Amino acid sequence: MAVISYREALNQAMREEMERDENVFIMGEEVGHYNGAYKVTQGLLQRFSERRVIDAPIAEMGFAGIGIGAAMVGLRPIIEFMTFNFSLVAIDQIVNNAAKIYQMSGGQYHIPIVFRGPGGPAVQVGSQHSQSLESYYAHVPGLKVVMPSTAADAKGLLKSAIRDDNPVVFIEGETLYNTTWEVPDVAPGSPSELIPIGKADVKRTGKDITLIAWSKMVWTCLDASKVLAEQGIECEVVDPRTLRPLDVETLATSVKKTGRCVIVEVGWPVAGFGAEVAYQMQKHCMDVLDAPIERVTSDDVPMPYAKNLELEVQPQVADVVAAVKRALYME
Amino acid sequence: MEEGVLVRWTKKEGDKVSPGDLVAEVETDKANMDFNIEDEGVLLKLLVKEGDTVKLGAPVAIIGNAGEDTTALEAQAKGGGAAPAPKADAPKAESKPADAAPKVAAKQEAPPADKPAAKAAAAKPTAGDAPPSSGKLLASPLAKSLAIELGIDLRTIKGSGPGGRIVERDVKAAADGKTETGDEAARTPSPPARSRQPEAEAEAETGTALAVRPVDALEAGDWVDLPASNMRRRIAARLTEAKRDVPHFYLQRSLDAAPMMAFRARLNDLLGDRGKVSVNDLVIKAVALALRRMPECNAAWEGEAIRQFHRVHIGVAVAIPDGLVTPVVRDADQKGIGAIAAEVRDLAERAKSKKLKSHEITGSTFTVSNLGMFNIERFTAIINPPEAGILAIGGVMDVPVVKDGQVVAGKRMTVSMSCDHRVIDGALGAKWLQVFADLVEKPESLAL
Repeated sequence: MAVISYREALNQAMREEMERDENVFIMGEEVGHYNGAYKVTQGLLQRFSERRVIDAPIAEMGFAGIGIGAAMVGLRPIIEFMTFNFSLVAIDQIVNNAAKIYQMSGGQYHIPIVFRGPGGPAVQVGSQHSQSLESYYAHVPGLKVVMPSTAADAKGLLKSAIRDDNPVVFIEGETLYNTTWEVPDVAPGSPSELIPIGKADVKRTGKDITLIAWSKMVWTCLDASKVLAEQGIECEVVDPRTLRPLDVETLATSVKKTGRCVIVEVGWPVAGFGAEVAYQMQKHCMDVLDAPIERVTSDDVPMPYAKNLELEVQPQVADVVAAVKRALYME
Repeated sequence: MEEGVLVRWTKKEGDKVSPGDLVAEVETDKANMDFNIEDEGVLLKLLVKEGDTVKLGAPVAIIGNAGEDTTALEAQAKGGGAAPAPKADAPKAESKPADAAPKVAAKQEAPPADKPAAKAAAAKPTAGDAPPSSGKLLASPLAKSLAIELGIDLRTIKGSGPGGRIVERDVKAAADGKTETGDEAARTPSPPARSRQPEAEAEAETGTALAVRPVDALEAGDWVDLPASNMRRRIAARLTEAKRDVPHFYLQRSLDAAPMMAFRARLNDLLGDRGKVSVNDLVIKAVALALRRMPECNAAWEGEAIRQFHRVHIGVAVAIPDGLVTPVVRDADQKGIGAIAAEVRDLAERAKSKKLKSHEITGSTFTVSNLGMFNIERFTAIINPPEAGILAIGGVMDVPVVKDGQVVAGKRMTVSMSCDHRVIDGALGAKWLQVFADLVEKPESLAL
């Protein structure tokens, strides 16, 4: 298996899908001549020409809408937002057109479109550019929401998203682009090149407590698990990978095994997606819970710019360790 | 850090304080730290005496406006704080009631003062109290399922969770207890399987075999317990951990110290009253250069890797009245002997008055410990993790040596290297000691 970066995995997924299906094209700010603000579309312009790799003006509402129109007439657009913070400008297109047209047209129009780009806090980019907006999109029926944590997941899931006939919001971890992971060597065309949307993955097995996290927080949970393992606590880390549709079965199977659950997300606490996960877990695992389900989230504040405060606001390994100990009544 | 000793108040009751003022010195595990106040007002009441040990987050003083009544806050601080919010007791609420209320000043990194109080209050009902008067049994769903499975009556169990909630571990403990207090157990009051102190038991057995040694038991009054300072506890914990977790082995060799002593005398002649170079300073320089030449020993075990340091920072063990500290000479391989001498003297002096800053006692990559000045011939030292080695220096001794087949008077010094075997093997350590010995025996090379 090749060890490649998350960035390279995304690039490979798009390149392979564009080779496979000439209806796939990419559009967004700086995706072509500049090779992407985060270099995810590196080299795609040279390979596929300006007809299929389109530099858009700074007008998210416009190019998101053009993408939806293109999808209505049979193309398969990938719309890149430089960050998902900018998708707020286009949210009306995503929520009211992309997510609705299939239903409102009585099934006449499919919208096979992917909205992708980085989300979540990076490093010192200010409160307007440091948001985790997955809850906004996971709230909406008609959308799928995918948030991979590793290069392997990023590749397999982005390919599935491009081939999906429904709109997929594909949020990448802004601080994960350089992380590496083993990605299986599968020839394009083999069925195992796809990771199905809506399937969770157990990233670490353990018997004492279940940690549920996605995107960057999977890594925080794995780090916390190492700390806790030294203290004799074995955590199971489960990554839903897709928030909508949510693989409740895999998550609940783990919680039923351990009897305890901590949900870790980098978004805000109020109405964060973890609240929905907590509801599902208590509903399906009521009789085996030994402690209230814990949530670890960012603090309920706009992101500070100062680096020390920025870290303090986000869930840290120590916060996860403390939550695990609360759930184990070790405090 | 969980607690510290308030060594000295630098302000007294009635003094005005403003943000940034130094109000006290606190001895922590590692060093003395300044306690600077973050609020403005008058120091109304000091709640702890100099020398008292204070838990992190505990109130140490009350500040407010001059002449304010602090009795309510004092009671709150003393009682763990069942009192209502301080606001309510504000003596003269003027324009800004929140500001007018006296504040309980807690230590810098402390959580809000009401946090420990809340905790104390929460802890009470859990301490084995009966279920609340509503008659409802509090148990986690898992505890309930488990109780049915194991046939345990939850009403007979005391919960250890919040509010007395019965949780999984309580049911399991009850299940264990049930089997242990069975008939068999009752007949043999202390079956060996239940003893958790094998040593104690072994001792008891030996005692019987020797037909009861007359026991001259110590009685109260035969001893005095000297409270362990934070530093003492820290030393105890660190060294126990190091000796337990680091697989030590030891290499000793003696070397010809005569050239070094002559070199040192020449250096000190040259320096005159501008300073003084000790044997220890020369040893530090030699250790640093030897590590530069053999970086394999300037390393640490990291579990999945051996971390080799690019810089050579030498820790120097310094005895102080209550224990010892290990200030660090950074980049000692690149510093001149005179610079090292001056730096070590300054660090040692400030170590004795506990004036070292925490960055001055951390980050060493190898340590030197010297007891030569006490005429110790040789000793072995405990490694200071995560370093891979420590060199213990014995005194320079006048001894007969064999030179060209003749016994003549010579000067020898014995050094003992403690090695972390995970990083340094015997042959590697021996090679390093050879490099070190060459440097000491040809001390001019230290000046190159």
